[in-house]
Amino acid sequence: MKQTLPLIIVFAFGFFVIIAFFVPLRAFQSASQTFETWYTGVLAFFVFIGIFNIVKVNVNKIQRRVSDWQYSIILLLFLILMMGAGFIGGSDGGLFNYLFEHMQIPLGATMFSLLAFFVASAAFRAFRARTPEATLLLIAAVIVMIGRVPIGYYIWRGFPSVVEWIMNVPNTAAKRGILFGADLGLISMALRVLLGIERSYMGRGGE
Amino acid sequence: MSRRVVMIATMRLLTIRRIWLSFFMLLIFLVLVNQVELKAYDTPNDDGSSITLNWPEDTLYNNYIIFKALDPEGEFEKICEVTDRTSYVDTNVAGGQDYYYQIEGRGADVVQSSGVVGPVRAVSHIFNTSRINIAVCIIVLFTAIIYYIRRARRGEALYIRKIPGITAMEEAIGRATEMGKPVLYVPGIMDIDEPETIASMSILGRVAEKTAEYGTPLYVPTSKAMVMSMAQQVVKEAAIRVGRPDWFNIDNVRYLTDDQFGYVSAVDGIMVREKPATNFYLGKFYAESLILAETGFSTGAIQIAGTALPDQLPFFVAACDYTLIGEELYAASAYLSQEPVQLGSLKGQDVGKLIFVIVVILGVLDRIIGFDVMYNLFSTVQQ
Repeated sequence: MKQTLPLIIVFAFGFFVIIAFFVPLRAFQSASQTFETWYTGVLAFFVFIGIFNIVKVNVNKIQRRVSDWQYSIILLLFLILMMGAGFIGGSDGGLFNYLFEHMQIPLGATMFSLLAFFVASAAFRAFRARTPEATLLLIAAVIVMIGRVPIGYYIWRGFPSVVEWIMNVPNTAAKRGILFGADLGLISMALRVLLGIERSYMGRGGE
Repeated sequence: MSRRVVMIATMRLLTIRRIWLSFFMLLIFLVLVNQVELKAYDTPNDDGSSITLNWPEDTLYNNYIIFKALDPEGEFEKICEVTDRTSYVDTNVAGGQDYYYQIEGRGADVVQSSGVVGPVRAVSHIFNTSRINIAVCIIVLFTAIIYYIRRARRGEALYIRKIPGITAMEEAIGRATEMGKPVLYVPGIMDIDEPETIASMSILGRVAEKTAEYGTPLYVPTSKAMVMSMAQQVVKEAAIRVGRPDWFNIDNVRYLTDDQFGYVSAVDGIMVREKPATNFYLGKFYAESLILAETGFSTGAIQIAGTALPDQLPFFVAACDYTLIGEELYAASAYLSQEPVQLGSLKGQDVGKLIFVIVVILGVLDRIIGFDVMYNLFSTVQQ
């Protein structure tokens, strides 16, 4: 029963949502929307589970004095500070907003800006002409990079048009091919899950 | 003489009458031409909650006022005024009730009404006919998959093409075991309602089995609390399945933060501090894909990534040793299980793909030749 009941729920709700996609009757649509609302409700509840997990893991670290345990104190302090600021002043309140705008956003932006360096290092490795395919990639990349900057236009006026063609024709074709395959794979996986053939996501793959 | 005068007078009179007649005819014609031509009909493929109104575009009018009534002889009530549009969907309708519509076009010097259109009734439809093509595609694919599952169940050996990224998973876990270092599994940054995350959880079950079997630590940092709960259960069950319940450490499967770059910095921290020998990035990723993969590369880890988003795939291809492209991510769990029934579903998926590739080729030829049969069939998909 412990194994069968979840499978029945997955089967019933999964096929219902598929049928609701094709049946525009009001009862089906409203039921489908209700299920989505339930999901949102469940998500809200999981915020508490997430916070509980953070506190538990970090308190554990501090108690056991594992390496870098001091960082856990900072994390917990800021968790309490941010929550306290939100509860007292609200999400539009002074301190909460201040912490968000002057700490979280700049820190996030710093991480994001690392991408510029990582793109350069990854491109350096990827664009080495070791094989005919890699050479083709290198040529395409050089054309696209030159064509996307103003100097490319001054070198040769045709660069932007060539770039446009590369992006719109071979690039889009390849992207659509990947999406096409991915969608078929998705349908196949959905069928395996709905029919209970694929159960490893429930922790019962081998049974 | 007098007869001639009478004839001339009659002719003149006739000519004047003709001119007047022509003028009136022209006036009637102009009125008819300028009259707003309104079409009202039950909105197709909906749940009976709307009526659609259409009228042709006319440069004479700047805006249109739409009127509605329950009786063609009764009083018409203004329901809205629209500008720069040639259609309107009236959602304020009751099922089983007849409605009558009239539209008034207003321009700089002209105001012209349409005739009364109706009765129109909103009807609830049982099947969305604009999605028949999707239904046919799904039925074809489901049939192919079920057919091959049945063949696999009968014990028939089915050939499945090798996927290097999946084959390398066991080697990668073995490498971490030999080096005495942990394995890091990143299930993406999206929640459990994303198919990539569900696929990732299925693969996690297989990866956890191997790591538990070898006794190698497995870290699963998550960006969503619900994914964490699911991942904990998946890893725990996998440990029990291979007879190593003691191996499971609940703190190794933990929630970090919902914030995208906060999560990235935390995972990067784990990579730099713990130096895992093997990194798995399987799920849905956005801008963080390259930051994670490049940090992992700098620590010398063997890296296997997989996602269905074409925009992120180049980053993984550039920075990782193996990449599962699109469908391979969804196939990985079935492939790793080596169960005949699951492999049968993969074979069915491949056959379904072959059928659709043939359809695509036919569609391209159909469009080049100009028959447009396939084009019209599939053009309703977007509706």
